[in-house]
Amino acid sequence: MDRRKFLGRLFTLVASTTVIGSLLKKARATPDGYNPSKHHYEMGIQTDKCIGCGMCMDACKTENLVPNEPFFFRTWVERYIIKKDNNVIVQNIKGWSGELTEKVTEKDVLRSFFVPKLCNQCDNPPCVQVCPVGATFKTEDGVVLVDDTRCIGCRYCIQACPYGARFLHPEKSTAEKCTFCYHRITQDLLPACVEVCPTQARIFGDKKSAASPLGRFKRRHKIHVLKPALNTEPKVYYSNLDGEVR
Amino acid sequence: MTPIIDHLAELAKQVSGYIYPNEIEIHWSILIVVYPYITGLVAGAFILASLVKVFNVKEVQSVYRLSLLTALAFLLIAPLPLLLHLGHPTRSYEIFLNPNLSSAMAMFGFVYTWYLMVVLLLEIWFTYRRDLVLLSQEEKFPMKWVHKIVVLFSNDLSERGITFDRKVLKAITIIGIPSAFLLHGYVGFIFGSIKANPWWSSVLIPIVFLFSAIVSGIALVILLYMIITTYRGEQIDMKCLDKMASYLFYAVIVDFSLEMLDFIHRLYESEESIHILSELVMNKLFISLGIIQVLLGMILPLGIMVAIKLLKVEAELRKLLYFVSIILIQIGIFATRWNVVIGGQMFSKSFRGLTAYKMEIGGIEGLLVALVVLALPFLVLAILFKIFPPWDSQKKHVIIETTH
Repeated sequence: MDRRKFLGRLFTLVASTTVIGSLLKKARATPDGYNPSKHHYEMGIQTDKCIGCGMCMDACKTENLVPNEPFFFRTWVERYIIKKDNNVIVQNIKGWSGELTEKVTEKDVLRSFFVPKLCNQCDNPPCVQVCPVGATFKTEDGVVLVDDTRCIGCRYCIQACPYGARFLHPEKSTAEKCTFCYHRITQDLLPACVEVCPTQARIFGDKKSAASPLGRFKRRHKIHVLKPALNTEPKVYYSNLDGEVR
Repeated sequence: MTPIIDHLAELAKQVSGYIYPNEIEIHWSILIVVYPYITGLVAGAFILASLVKVFNVKEVQSVYRLSLLTALAFLLIAPLPLLLHLGHPTRSYEIFLNPNLSSAMAMFGFVYTWYLMVVLLLEIWFTYRRDLVLLSQEEKFPMKWVHKIVVLFSNDLSERGITFDRKVLKAITIIGIPSAFLLHGYVGFIFGSIKANPWWSSVLIPIVFLFSAIVSGIALVILLYMIITTYRGEQIDMKCLDKMASYLFYAVIVDFSLEMLDFIHRLYESEESIHILSELVMNKLFISLGIIQVLLGMILPLGIMVAIKLLKVEAELRKLLYFVSIILIQIGIFATRWNVVIGGQMFSKSFRGLTAYKMEIGGIEGLLVALVVLALPFLVLAILFKIFPPWDSQKKHVIIETTH
């Protein structure tokens, strides 16, 4: 083979590998035309608007096949009753702690409100850091997911989550948590809890999109995140969050 | 699925205050209490052996091999409670093949393999090589072949070979001490690095784990030495026993001081979590921490050992008092593991409530399995004694050395 022929073939090889490689990369990056690098999802919660109806909890359980028993939640709503004597009563509105154990009359109450909770999809997620096998990971579009075909069920992530957002699925024996309804948002649909919220207390948005309701929410409110001192950098933002909420 | 639901429904009745709804289950149960307890015994027994070797303490030479074999027996069983606890034990190999390098738990594969293959097995092999060669020459089938295989068909009894063994042993022991520190310090780090959990999240935890490991390891070797020597109808060497007991005494003092420092530091800093942690200690852990760990597991044995030192107690009574002390210390260290692992999961990360732990008797995460896991290392140790005789061969060793 002379030099000219060799260089020619080498060029063809490099060019074809580049083309095939880029095609494969494109195919991987965009299943069904979805490109994760163009999105970054976040959620806003207007605590003042939550009426504690619990529809988000029901919708989440139905949409994501979360076990129906009151010990497993991807999202839940807490009711806070702050009494005049500064005692605080907290309940999960649809859990086993849903019933008040003590009588509270209207006169005793200083203020009362609801706070929806879910996985904070932290930007600096402790669960991802501790997972020994990388079954929990952060996607390019900013959502923390669990690969249940890889999870070994060691439960270290459950211990590491400061928000109690994770549980072990009683049948699958793998870690479970809110995914922002990843199967829906990648098809341009809203998460189930946001979809059903009658008061728009939950606002879903894409940081990378030019016009998003979340952008408006972040502009118009003083916002706060849960347990900021832990430096988990949550991407669920709360407006008018009471200091008693942990 | 129903048994777990029934179990959780039962626990729900015992919850006080508010806990996040997913927090009702204590995820790391009795098996995860057993795991740091066992690795602690490994590290402690090995550190005792290393102290003997490095500082050439003559009184304790006779337990050097016993300590090494104890460390190996417990190390071989150490992964078992972890494996049994996993939701998918069949995927456990992923930790070795696909470790997430930012995970403390994923380091298990590296730390364990390093410690087993590089430190313990090599040290035992070089310690026993010469004896095993001699044994395999004298014995008949099948032990002859067992020893030939274990010693990897080595038959070098030359002076040069034995000097080489000694040199290698020295090097391994020097690598071994930091490795033992790494093994148990790392187990402590698994807990200490969880910032979400104020009961665990402390830079002192790995150090406390390490010293409690040394305490429990030395106590175990003393216990085994006393039991086996008596069983073999031989006299307990009081010089050896006193020396080990004084090591134990100093280790308990350091451990106790560190735990007190941790306690006082938390109380003094009085962070956000202090109220719920106080409630945890006063309600849920009062017996296991206040009574068993501190009073029975530390203060009482410390008192006994001080009394032994001050009052010059006669040998027979001394043996009995040592025996009582080390049993108390073992129970105390097991309680320490319990209080860290179970205690750390009994309060809500909302700092507003406490959950309960109800240990199952049967079942894979139950008491019976835990007892079997705790008993297995002793079975392994009995088998190891057959392959690596810790005493008989030493006598031969001495005889051979004197005849040479």
